[in-house]
Amino acid sequence: MNPFSYNRVTSSEAALHAGTAQGAKFLGGGTNLIDLMKSDVEQPTALVDINHIGLDTVVMTANGVRIGALVRNSDLANHPLITAHYPLLSHALLAGASPQLRNRATTGGNLMQRTRCYYFADTAFPACNKRAPGSGCAAINGFNRIHAILGQTDEGVTSAHTCIATHPSDMCVALYALGAMVEVTGPKGKRVIPVLEFHRLPGDDPAKDTVLGEGELITAVTLPTAKFTKHSWYLKARDRQSYAFALVSVAAGLEMDGNTIKSAGLALGGVAHKPWRVPEAEAVLAGKPATREIFAQAAELMVKGAKTYDHNAFKVELAKQCVVKTLMQAAQST
Amino acid sequence: MKNCTEELEDIAVDGVEEGFASEEFCPPEVELSRREFLAASGLLAAGIAAGLPRMAEAEAKGAAATTTPVMAAIGITINGQKHSLQVDTRTSLLDLLRENLDLTGSKKGCDHGQCGACTVLMNGRRINSCLTLAVAASGAEITTIEGLGTPEKLSTVQKAFLEHDAFQCGYCTPGQICSATAMLKEAQRGDLSLVSWESGKDSHPELTDAEIKERMAGNICRCGAYPNIVAAMRELAAKGSAA
Repeated sequence: MNPFSYNRVTSSEAALHAGTAQGAKFLGGGTNLIDLMKSDVEQPTALVDINHIGLDTVVMTANGVRIGALVRNSDLANHPLITAHYPLLSHALLAGASPQLRNRATTGGNLMQRTRCYYFADTAFPACNKRAPGSGCAAINGFNRIHAILGQTDEGVTSAHTCIATHPSDMCVALYALGAMVEVTGPKGKRVIPVLEFHRLPGDDPAKDTVLGEGELITAVTLPTAKFTKHSWYLKARDRQSYAFALVSVAAGLEMDGNTIKSAGLALGGVAHKPWRVPEAEAVLAGKPATREIFAQAAELMVKGAKTYDHNAFKVELAKQCVVKTLMQAAQST
Repeated sequence: MKNCTEELEDIAVDGVEEGFASEEFCPPEVELSRREFLAASGLLAAGIAAGLPRMAEAEAKGAAATTTPVMAAIGITINGQKHSLQVDTRTSLLDLLRENLDLTGSKKGCDHGQCGACTVLMNGRRINSCLTLAVAASGAEITTIEGLGTPEKLSTVQKAFLEHDAFQCGYCTPGQICSATAMLKEAQRGDLSLVSWESGKDSHPELTDAEIKERMAGNICRCGAYPNIVAAMRELAAKGSAA
């Protein structure tokens, strides 16, 4: 690990000021950042510790809730406002990581998680456009079982644009289904970013995970008025029953009127560079009775255009089955 | 016994250029930056021979920032005892415990937050000490396995682990016991787990075997002592006892 200076700040203003230093990174729970620093994947020269700036409460607002960026994953999953009104978020949070990690991991940090692509995480592999821009992609012809089937950039092994990494978060998959907003502050002032636009697809710049600008700091995540309280489910398919990243995960929320779906929120995890949401799949559910047939139609739309590799072709069928099962569970749950 | 500088010289001779933590080899009150170390060990003379102006130029461009350890003063309470010391900012809480304070109960398994052998309590919450920087834990209260009980006065969790033979090699056990201690408190205050949602319980779920397994998933046991760990936890859950 390279040496770094450490600066503990006690306000978001001080954090922004300290964050302008060259090579600076904000330190939240550190469960991902410190891990990557140990492997020299991340090499900040200055850490700005934001754990003491507040922003650690969940409050009800006129039209939803505001979650401070420093609220820990374990506290968020057990907060009465969340368990009572947004069970989908609690369910997804508790599917991720371990109790120890959730006790440190923050809401803002979870949004900023880096991919778990093996080739990104191991500097022994020279080729990774995300870690070393322009170096190519080792995953395309490598062991790509956990990799993307949707939204990836594939221009060949040596292209500077190629990236088939996936986003590892469970929390974010639920936030996409719930239509959350991300509040940020930065050198150019405050702004609000819909979570759907917060993460990027690799496009022609795989090194960039999010649209967050230089020195910008996440201050809160807001959720709109709860629609899916009675009908939601999170399903995570993985290689072991607990404490493993998703091969495929599904967050589903249904707003029901009797057996008729009024509206739906649906997102896939583990399949793309960001949680995958398809408006057409949600639209096909609206106004229809909750049946396996209509869920299967939505599932087809969720994976439309999928492109697979040597080891991850199974993900297409797995994703479709998981979408149907999750929607069935959501329709039943109360 | 070698003194500190000699130890460091040995490292330099072995060709380890980066990543050494001077704290691991020196008493806390001794601050030895890489620059001082280089001067002390005579390597700077070699640098002069190779052209000091170039080195100075490189340092001016910030190259030194990537090799010079940064030291920081911290104050931390561990098992009720206050410690004030200087640490390399790179030092993990786990290394601070083991290497600086000789509290070797907390174990280094993977050092990447995947095994749970390093689990300690920070302000009462279970965390992975390998992924926590010592400098970021400054001001916190840490409880390690050494602070939970003693051979003469075991904690209830330690007793239950003994009674149920909940270990084989014992390497993961300190982490398991710290984790279990916090887990019982979490359950007592009504915290949920993934299993709670999957079994339709959204308030104060009972600690079934499935709940225990999910809540202890952050601690891996290579010997596979899981059935006995679950048995120990089951007994404690039934008694409703934590600490």
